[in-house]
Amino acid sequence: MERRHFLKSGLMLGCSAAASPLLTPVAFAQGPWDNRLVVIILRGAMDGLDVIRPRGDADYASHRATLATDDSLDLTDFYGLHPALAPLHPLWQKGEFGAMHAVSTPYRDKRSHFDGQDILEAGLNDLQSGPQDGWLNRMLQAVPGLTAQTAYAIGAEQMLVMTGDAPVSRWSPEARLRLSDHARRLLEVVHHDDPLFRAASANALDITDGLLMTADEDAATMEAAMMDPMMADVGQGQHVSVAEFTATRLLRETRIASFSIGGWDSHQNQAPQLNRVLRQLSDTILTLRAGLGDVWDRTAVLCMTEFGRTVRENGTKGTDHGTGGAMLYAGGALKGGRVLGQWPGLGAGDLYADRDLMPTADVRGAAGWAMQGLFGLNQSVIEGTIFPGLDMGGDPGILL
Amino acid sequence: MSFDPTLAAFRFGYGLSPHHSAPQDVQTLMADLSGPDLGQKAHHISVFSQAAPTPLALNVANREQNRARGTDKFEAAQAHARHLMKLAREQAAKNLGAEIARAVDAPVGFRERLVAFWADHFTVRSRSNRTTHLVTPYIEEAIRPHITGNFADLLFAATTHPMMMNYLQQTQSIGPNSVIGLRRGRGLNENLAREVMELHTLGVDGPYTQTDVTEFAELLSGLSYTPLDGFEYSPRRAEPGRETVLGVTYSDEASLDTIRDALDDLARHPATAAHLAHKIAVHFLSQTPNPSLVADLTEAFAKGRLMDVYQTLLDHPAAWVSQREKVRTPQEYITASLRALGISGQDIAQADRTMIRRYVVNPMRVMGQPWQRPVGPDGWPEDPAAWIIPQTMAGRITWAMRTPQDLLDVLPDPRDFVRTALGPRAAPEVVFAAGAAASRKDGVGVVLSSAAFQRR
Repeated sequence: MERRHFLKSGLMLGCSAAASPLLTPVAFAQGPWDNRLVVIILRGAMDGLDVIRPRGDADYASHRATLATDDSLDLTDFYGLHPALAPLHPLWQKGEFGAMHAVSTPYRDKRSHFDGQDILEAGLNDLQSGPQDGWLNRMLQAVPGLTAQTAYAIGAEQMLVMTGDAPVSRWSPEARLRLSDHARRLLEVVHHDDPLFRAASANALDITDGLLMTADEDAATMEAAMMDPMMADVGQGQHVSVAEFTATRLLRETRIASFSIGGWDSHQNQAPQLNRVLRQLSDTILTLRAGLGDVWDRTAVLCMTEFGRTVRENGTKGTDHGTGGAMLYAGGALKGGRVLGQWPGLGAGDLYADRDLMPTADVRGAAGWAMQGLFGLNQSVIEGTIFPGLDMGGDPGILL
Repeated sequence: MSFDPTLAAFRFGYGLSPHHSAPQDVQTLMADLSGPDLGQKAHHISVFSQAAPTPLALNVANREQNRARGTDKFEAAQAHARHLMKLAREQAAKNLGAEIARAVDAPVGFRERLVAFWADHFTVRSRSNRTTHLVTPYIEEAIRPHITGNFADLLFAATTHPMMMNYLQQTQSIGPNSVIGLRRGRGLNENLAREVMELHTLGVDGPYTQTDVTEFAELLSGLSYTPLDGFEYSPRRAEPGRETVLGVTYSDEASLDTIRDALDDLARHPATAAHLAHKIAVHFLSQTPNPSLVADLTEAFAKGRLMDVYQTLLDHPAAWVSQREKVRTPQEYITASLRALGISGQDIAQADRTMIRRYVVNPMRVMGQPWQRPVGPDGWPEDPAAWIIPQTMAGRITWAMRTPQDLLDVLPDPRDFVRTALGPRAAPEVVFAAGAAASRKDGVGVVLSSAAFQRR
């Protein structure tokens, strides 16, 4: 049974991957496609202006007294890359890593992390009707052929982007559950009348059974991947464990994966904070790439954040909540090596509310185009169901 | 829809205990608040300003260690710094032990539940491993003394507390046109100002704008805390001029009184009453709380006295709906389990760090609640569906099946334990399962794993 295959390799990752509050467990879904989509939610609001630096903008340096350092790596005539993403620079040159600038969700003005993330993951114009489900889940709902057998729920924290009526798996490695058959039956008895508890404990037992079966095979895959020369400087940590697990799933039946990396809320002393979290991001992407091998060519990774940060550095060498920002993307299935999007400028009058980067495109549009290219989804489904009310606009050029 | 002792213990306390009878009426619940603070007497927790090791001692030790690098004093300096950090880690474990011990020993437990509720409402997370042992002392100092008083006092105490200022970066915010701001070229950090409005008072749907946030941040800019100088109001950091927040213009005299006035107005705002009334009803009762209860709570809250709010809550028939919709959080779950097992608070309070980590801290993480480390300042989720998912459910079942036998020399007979834990009208399926278990261990585990034990 496919479910067993899906579940069996989790335990090799040890007991630590769910420990970080900054890193949520991975949500997976399988689909009737060959291409893979990984959506990484960067929680806390990544400063797009610091990661993809508009060095060519005459006003950039004056807004960023300490942050606009001169050690950026060359991307284009206009843009430079934050030095902490140097490990991804070779991918840029191969066209496997790119960015889209001055994007945002439709969320404006209140600049709350929580609402901003809900809007991003719900994929809606607003939260008037509350976040009911996530856009990745609505995509799964739109695809025939998904059954309870092709997707699984594992994990400690909900990823709203994956939550909804379509069956989806969540995973987290710390759970271990060994019970006698008799005790299992008694658990069924005491949970029988409570659907929430009944489903959770039944799934927990199934999952832990499956995890025990063959950890060896996936361990061998990742061991081989570690020999990739680009993995030489990749560190260890929970983010790497999550990326490894994601890669092993995507090599099997999983086609959609989502997890989050937190720690982007850089109100003060942004430089060391971004160094740390960008390193996690590059480790994550390099691990996915090495682990996926040939499948990387059929993979798209979208890294999205709830909003950008203020154009002006604040009084504490950091930046506050803003509006427009950058989306990062990677994978052989997308056309990287370029900064997409229309640059709004940073001069007087160019900024949103005289403080933030003016968004010139909806970040959902880029995701919509990527999904259309990867999975052949109809534009009307994307604009009507997945991102209701979205006008995808023209192809930003994200597809090969 | 009428008072029931078992329901009262589950819904407004930490469940049943073999050592205490369940509350017999609403007066008993309220008397837990109006009477002496039994928890504080039974298990001491230092307030922040008296907690050790102090942030200053830890900072100094760290600095001395760095200075001594390369000299013959380094080893001694390093040993001292490490010793203090060890004390801090041990203190953090003692804090958790004391929190649980108070709730386990509480005859009623309503006070402890309210302390936890308000501590979560005013969530503080340590930003450094040098202050993790100071979160509980923050609660002891800023939250606990005020939960039976006025909301305005609670709001002021929490907002101006060093741990809150540190967490939401008020310590880094300086009026850009203040003496210090101009000299150092520093400016505002809006984090605390925003969260006070969004989370602590008005609510995210409240009637405030970005301008209100910025003005409020300017108004707060005189707040100052450093480990060396402690908390003070510093006019030299305060943005000069008048600030207008929600249409009210405050005195241009920079002082703590101005901040107090603005916080009082936020506390009194109708949006705050509506936000908090809803939140309290959600916390204790239901994700979709009874509208008439919320209306009554809003009215009571608007008067400012929290005791009126609690009385209104307990007097409303909706508080006694027999359907238990909410789910115990992991900390509540472990606490309620220890309480039902009859383990004494004294034993928990004396447990060492290894024990606390093994039986509480690590299991809580697997259950989805890393202790005092929620993702954001909005605290822990209220939705039962956020807590009961396969992985966290596995954590709960594993704890229930394994931990009791490690903590007790002799496990109770499951047929008795099911009555102790669930009361005289225990769910029949759990009574059956407890009696049908193959061992005491499994029987106790199944009772603690049951939905009936975990719903409140």
